[in-house]
Amino acid sequence: MDWGTIINNTLAGLLTPTTIAFALAALGLAMHFGFAGLLNFGIAGFMAIGAYGYAISVLTFGFPWWGGMIVGIIGSILFAILLGVPTLRLRGDYLAIVTIAAAEIVRLLFLTTAFTDVTGSADGLFGYNNSGGFTSANPFPPGSYGWGPWTYNSETLWVLTFGLGVLAVCVWFLWALMRSPWGRVIKGIREDEEAIRALGKNVFAYKLQALIIGGIFGGMGGIIYAAFANVSPGVYVTSITFFIWTSLLLGGAATIWGPVIGAVIFWTLQAFLSNILPELALAGILPVSGTQAATLRFVLVGIGLMLLVIYRPQGIFGDKRELTFVK
Amino acid sequence: MSNSDSPIKSIGLHIGEAAPGCKKTDPMLVIDHVKKSFGGLTAVDVEHLEIPKNAITALIGPNGAGKTTLFNLLTGFDTPDTGAWEFLGTSLSGVPSYKVAQMGQVRTFQLTKALSLLTVLDNMKLGAKNQVGESIFRALFPRAWRKQDAEIELKAIELLKRFNLEAKQADFAASLSGGQRKLLEMARALMTDPVLVMLDEPMAGVNPALTQSLLGHVLNLKKEGMTVLFVEHDMHMVRHIADWVVVMAEGKVVAEGPPETVMNEQAVIDAYLGAHQDTDLGVVTGRISVIDQEKEK
Ligand SMILES: Nc1ncnc2c1ncn2[C@@H]1O[C@H](COP(=O)(O)OP(=O)(O)O)[C@@H](O)[C@H]1O
Ligand SMILES: [Mg+2]
Repeated sequence: MDWGTIINNTLAGLLTPTTIAFALAALGLAMHFGFAGLLNFGIAGFMAIGAYGYAISVLTFGFPWWGGMIVGIIGSILFAILLGVPTLRLRGDYLAIVTIAAAEIVRLLFLTTAFTDVTGSADGLFGYNNSGGFTSANPFPPGSYGWGPWTYNSETLWVLTFGLGVLAVCVWFLWALMRSPWGRVIKGIREDEEAIRALGKNVFAYKLQALIIGGIFGGMGGIIYAAFANVSPGVYVTSITFFIWTSLLLGGAATIWGPVIGAVIFWTLQAFLSNILPELALAGILPVSGTQAATLRFVLVGIGLMLLVIYRPQGIFGDKRELTFVK
Repeated sequence: MSNSDSPIKSIGLHIGEAAPGCKKTDPMLVIDHVKKSFGGLTAVDVEHLEIPKNAITALIGPNGAGKTTLFNLLTGFDTPDTGAWEFLGTSLSGVPSYKVAQMGQVRTFQLTKALSLLTVLDNMKLGAKNQVGESIFRALFPRAWRKQDAEIELKAIELLKRFNLEAKQADFAASLSGGQRKLLEMARALMTDPVLVMLDEPMAGVNPALTQSLLGHVLNLKKEGMTVLFVEHDMHMVRHIADWVVVMAEGKVVAEGPPETVMNEQAVIDAYLGAHQDTDLGVVTGRISVIDQEKEK
């Protein structure tokens, strides 16, 4: 077995545009579920809208890259409002059902051939980073940066820097909100919204605000992902939503850093498993083929998620008392 | 809080004979034809009811009489099939619950709603109205809300002292006993500076030692100019602190009047006391100290 490559690839997983994108999405879920108690199972839909909003406004409407990204954010805000207005007055579980369905509808709308000219259908969209000017906005001259597993070309470095900047702003934003009296109301709503209503707070407005804020984070995640890879409808599937949930629960849902660190651990672990499992199969240690071994990691993710929820529902960083599933 | 001196009762609250639906000299709440059914069951059917201002009114009646449902309707937590009601002359029909609370009509719940995973102090601070930092935009700028938040905290600690919860302020509300949660919920409601305080079984589950001080708190509310409407099953307690008693049975107001006389009405004995008329309900619930003091007087 080539341990050098395995370790190298695993360590590289610590810092990639993908990790940053999923950390942003997990941060959005922390706002939704960890702090406000909103069960959003459609975070992939928010990411898709962010990514497509950016790509389509650049490719079809000739927006500059930053204009396209703003469109992606506005798209996530509108999606949050669209989901929230009819469902936030209902009991919590309804939001879960609506969001999971809405995210699928969004994905299928991008996938259908009816709008191929705009969405690219199954092929997705590409080239927008160049034509929108994101690539040429790169302040780093061509070359090789970093060392060891963290060696990047200037394009990747630009996406990483940009992504980390966005992540830092979002983390600060969530922290600033949650330490304020606004955050207190949000946590109160998570505990018992009727009690908060009885104290004269407009619970519906607060829940909608929380849905929008988390939705913006999710949309930003999609945008960062799109700034590095192509936009493809195959990415924004329901299993991505569950990966993000796993990241969130791993780190701790009701914490600021939990979702970020959880995403890093999750994607590093993914990198490790996708490298070691085929090697183990090849070496005859695992009685499966190489391709089967690669998919085995999703089985392990599922088992890991179950164990996590059963034995450590508050995550790595959470306070045991502050978030458990069984109240 | 001492119970040795009998509380001063408000008198002259009503006009004419004390009968169901009688007029009050200075009503805070006026309820007309409020009706609510769940399927075939009529939970509340109140023809006319006025709640006197700056007095303690007890709402009594057997289980299932519709007391909690009436509370829900009056506070906007449920909508009636028909009817209208006014709070200080303003119609409240169709007004959402949070606006009702903002207007100064605050309630507590029969099943206590402590915000378990928030600290006792945060529970209290949530009660304060008009908080600058509760607006999402200003929340980002601590300079805009820090001073107000500090003032709210002082007020919260002051109230916690009064309710003997001061030592618990940093604990999660989940760690409080059932009785302490009742106290916390009441203290939190007071953080809103209410005009009308509606307490749904505030003494239920509170141990006898705390009951005394809770009674004191309720009496204090009146002293401070608030109006209290509370649901309670313990007759002795009602007799001790209430200025006016409204009796409900099967959704209807069957009697109302000052506690000394209303308890003796046949309708009340039939509806409420029923088979228990020989039993001392105070003894049953173990709140003997209050009763003893009553007897000494
Ligand atoms: N949400 C509801 N759905 C159906 N029936 C209800 C509901 N709420 C209350 N009821 C019924 O209405 C009646 C009055 O209940 P409630 O107001 O809780 O009585 P009380 O507080 O006086 O004990 C009861 O018969 C109860 O079963
Ligand atoms: Mg009740």
